[in-house]
Amino acid sequence: MTGVKETQNTYLSSFERFEKNLAGGGQSWLHEIRRAAIQRFAELGFPSTHIEEWKYTNVAPLTKIDFEPASNDVGRVSAEDIARSPLVEPGSIRLVFVDGRFSEELSSLEELPRGITARSLAQELQYPDRKGGGNATLEAHLSRYADYNEHAFAALNTAFIEDGAFIEIQKGIRVERPIHLLFVSTASDRARVSHPRSLIVAGRESQAVIIEEYMGPDGAVYFTNAVTEIVAGESAIIEHYKVQQESDDAFHIATLQVEQERSSNFVSHSISLGGALTRNDFNSVLDGEGAECMLNGLYATDGRQFIDNHTLIDHASPHCTSRELYKGILDGKSEAVFNGAVIVRKDAQKSDARQSNKNLLLSKDATINTKPQLEIFADDVKCAHGATIGQVDREAIFYLRSRGIAEETAHLMLTAAFAQDILNRMKAETIRARIEEVLSARLSFKEVL
Amino acid sequence: MLEIKNLHASVEGKHILQGIDLKVNAGEVHAIMGPNGSGKSTLAQVLAGRDVYTVTEGEVIYQGKDLLGMPPEERAREGIFLAFQYPVEIPGVNNMYFLRASLNAARKHRGLEELDAMDFLTLAKAKIKALDMDDSLMKRSVNEGFSGGEKKRNEIFQMAMLEPTLAILDETDSGLDIDALKVVAEGVNALRNPEHAILVVTHYQRLLNYIVPDFVHVLSEGRIVRSGGKELALELEEKGYAWIEGTTPSAHKDFFLGR
Repeated sequence: MTGVKETQNTYLSSFERFEKNLAGGGQSWLHEIRRAAIQRFAELGFPSTHIEEWKYTNVAPLTKIDFEPASNDVGRVSAEDIARSPLVEPGSIRLVFVDGRFSEELSSLEELPRGITARSLAQELQYPDRKGGGNATLEAHLSRYADYNEHAFAALNTAFIEDGAFIEIQKGIRVERPIHLLFVSTASDRARVSHPRSLIVAGRESQAVIIEEYMGPDGAVYFTNAVTEIVAGESAIIEHYKVQQESDDAFHIATLQVEQERSSNFVSHSISLGGALTRNDFNSVLDGEGAECMLNGLYATDGRQFIDNHTLIDHASPHCTSRELYKGILDGKSEAVFNGAVIVRKDAQKSDARQSNKNLLLSKDATINTKPQLEIFADDVKCAHGATIGQVDREAIFYLRSRGIAEETAHLMLTAAFAQDILNRMKAETIRARIEEVLSARLSFKEVL
Repeated sequence: MLEIKNLHASVEGKHILQGIDLKVNAGEVHAIMGPNGSGKSTLAQVLAGRDVYTVTEGEVIYQGKDLLGMPPEERAREGIFLAFQYPVEIPGVNNMYFLRASLNAARKHRGLEELDAMDFLTLAKAKIKALDMDDSLMKRSVNEGFSGGEKKRNEIFQMAMLEPTLAILDETDSGLDIDALKVVAEGVNALRNPEHAILVVTHYQRLLNYIVPDFVHVLSEGRIVRSGGKELALELEEKGYAWIEGTTPSAHKDFFLGR
């Protein structure tokens, strides 16, 4: 155990070592960004609960652990371990990362369809810049969207940009196979931190389904600090699934930053089940007329788990639509935070935003803090929001029992039913079925689904 | 089959049932009538095991067993069925899935093999047709968005599937038009046989034209104040509930003990 300031200093000194190792292989354009980000992290420090955005989320437990930066010396993961994820299927384009590092042997990138680039960021960063053979798309987009000026963890991730996924989908390409990004952490004597950084650029009128999955072995203590940036080009259709099944002793802090161009359609499904402390930031900027964004979230916590979902939808252009439904199932002494912000900019007339957060408390010791936050600067808009917190319906329990269904089964049926409309919104049927499996195992309603 | 002895029950400190005595034999249909607030629905719910009511005195013997000691699900598996006055909407739980779980729980309890999805569906389709119900109700969530009539038919459909030994109908007629009422009555009459008993709780005599009871009991202030044959319902219809007000339970006691 060490003090907060000292831990912050360890990150700063490990940055110095990181920087030395990059000497010669570093890209000047990116390195400027890294330096600016570490500078910003030094100024910001870890967020305290005095900051409005972190009011209910105390990151102190995280700052007390002196995490070892995951280097080339990563844990061992076998193909059998990978197969434990129900989302792994032969048909998908799969990039696997172990403790933040790309693993070629566990990935599946054979016979990529035409018009798609899927590689590790580390591979892509071996060239000094675009003139020296580097990828122009990467240089144009990496780190241009996720804000590291205000968010300390995004700053930390940006400072340590080294590996992650780089996906580029060309104009008009419809990718039939799901793109599965699997981040596996391993147990080790010294708790590790990894900063996976991914960039997905979907060209005009392209279509893709992306799965971002995080997992780790039970009982392992580690820290995943991820940032993913997605650019949805004009009229692109992207369905994104995030499935977080970290170890119950792990820390997971992640930003998903989406940039949406004109008439693009972005659907996000965020399923959070694991982690001791989880913070998800989902930000989407509706940056072109007619862009649509749909957010579905489900978090299920138990024991002493803590989960915070912060979403921000920025209606920056007229005629954009956003729909958001986040549901929470809280048991034990777990705690959850939902903060759903919608900003409608001055010129974003005819914006249509709806947001809802519903929570089911299965225990009297569970806590939820839910807060909608609307900031509207245009006058011709439709915005609605609502939040509910409730217990299992006792009348429904009696009704089921009066039909011969055992009390425990009745509770599971109603819990499963509560989660059902999130599942129903998932368009990719096989993925939905598999997520249903993950959920049933986690919430033990296997027999009732 | 069912013997209720001096049953007292209260809710939130309010004493609702104040000494009910009733005996129901296999093959019989009993109607329980009474004005609003007389305790009819409470009696039905206490028999089904609703835990908001506290039984303060008395006992209920069902097929030789202590009914009040059983949790609601066990009562159901033992063959008791309550058709709810207000069937509960359960969004997200599929009607067919729910009913199969229910039927199989009872079958398992009786040592019968559980029905697979196909056999269940064949059975359900036959019953649903007999009740003149819309097939699409099977695919929807339990009672969600059902009209009042659809909800009541769904109760009768469940009853037809479960074939209970003792069916309790709690104001199943309320809010039904005459056509729906006939369908419901047909469903109930189909269940009549020497092994089954039916308890019909109703405010109005109308339903009893279609489900003709063997006995009629009138409840007032938590007690049965009068019992008789089917003609008692007609007499009640004619004279109104004011007629029984002020009567003592003794008339019923004599009838009950005299049987």
